[in-house]
Amino acid sequence: MPEFIAQWLNQNEIFTAMTIMEYWNGLVNTVQLVFLSLVIGLICAVPLAILRTVRNPFVSGPVWLYTYLFRGTPLLIQLYIIYYGLAQIPGIQETFWWEIFREPFYPALLAFALNTAAYTTEIIRGAIVSTPHGEIEAAKAYGMNWMMRMRRIVLPSAARRAVQAYSNEVIFMLHSSAIASVVTIVDLTGAARNIYSRFYAPFDAFIFVALCYMALTFILVFAFRKLENHLLKHQRPVTS
Amino acid sequence: MIDLKGYGPELLDGAVVTIELAFLSLALALALGLIGASAKLSGNRLATGIATTYTTLIRGVPDLVMMMLFYYGGQVVVNMLSDYIWETYEIDFFFQFDPFISGVITIGLIFGAYMTETFRGAFLAVETGQIEAARAYGFTRLHTFRRIMIPQMMRHALPGIGNNWQVLLKTTALVSIIGLTDMVRVAEEAAKAERMPFHFFIPVAFVYLSLTAISELFIKWLDKRANVGVIQGG
Repeated sequence: MPEFIAQWLNQNEIFTAMTIMEYWNGLVNTVQLVFLSLVIGLICAVPLAILRTVRNPFVSGPVWLYTYLFRGTPLLIQLYIIYYGLAQIPGIQETFWWEIFREPFYPALLAFALNTAAYTTEIIRGAIVSTPHGEIEAAKAYGMNWMMRMRRIVLPSAARRAVQAYSNEVIFMLHSSAIASVVTIVDLTGAARNIYSRFYAPFDAFIFVALCYMALTFILVFAFRKLENHLLKHQRPVTS
Repeated sequence: MIDLKGYGPELLDGAVVTIELAFLSLALALALGLIGASAKLSGNRLATGIATTYTTLIRGVPDLVMMMLFYYGGQVVVNMLSDYIWETYEIDFFFQFDPFISGVITIGLIFGAYMTETFRGAFLAVETGQIEAARAYGFTRLHTFRRIMIPQMMRHALPGIGNNWQVLLKTTALVSIIGLTDMVRVAEEAAKAERMPFHFFIPVAFVYLSLTAISELFIKWLDKRANVGVIQGG
């Protein structure tokens, strides 16, 4: 089998070691971008979701507005606004921020993180709101204060209810990250575009990259299924 | 009123293109969704297999990659086809594969897969007694489908269709990347030429926002109509 692959690799002109490396670098960029934006998004989303459930409209209102704006507009527009817009902020070119935001990676990361944070906030909010009232009552009866209730009762049980919707959001983010290639980031899609334009071979370039994304998607689906099984162990039907 | 530096009419044309694209893709997606769901529920192994492969493939690949595959690859296929027709029949046939058509095909295919899942769930929610009753009345399969299944499953499918439509509307922005002059493209060119990104992108963002807001109201109204015969608990 390895001989067959080596032979095939020698015979074709497109998938040489060079282009495979290009795809590999693209893969690294995509994974970095998606992973970092998901981590930042999740870290921001938990406090935002808690604020969103607060009764006071002056607290929950701004969070609602943020999620509404970011969920109601295309990610591409958000990316353009941040990518082209940051350079236009008066005085930014003199500060150290300019060193960071001059490269396309960081504006894209900011746009993706803000976008996924908005979606994740709503997912977690939904899970918090649907906490069974009895659980909170029981926690109160035990004399837990608000902080402890959140930490020990509401958030762990909300996490179980949110994990399925969150796994969809993660896959959605992976797929959305393909637009990073329009702001000159060479991610997986960017690598495919370069290789397409070099060889004028749309099928080879794009089908290969589609397979890469598919593999990533299936790995994520598998990982989340494992996580779900772990988190929802107590709900599994009893088998003899 | 903001000054759009003379790009106003172009932006408006772009908005119309966006809306046309969204509606045509929705029509294709709904048709594919109905076909896909029927195939998945048909009990025919081949049909189920094809539909399952279709939904799995679509959900594993980013929309942008698929769009580029269809746009750049579509032209290659059309060129090969026109060469073949010229060589065998000597008929001069040429067809320019434009971004609008590839946009409609791609978005339709992608959301067709999501709609398949939506419709499948909705069909399963129709009581089997209804279908048995239709059979007992001597309805043909097609007749049962049209008169019994479709009206009753719509109530269950509407929330899913609504969600898909909201996502579809935002996905249309991607077609600007393969060169369609929709409002995103116009805004991008204007923003680059005038060096005023906020000035052009923020109004476009608000157009999308109002489109999603209007759709939300419309879907709520449809939902109310579809549920008119149902007494909701609570």
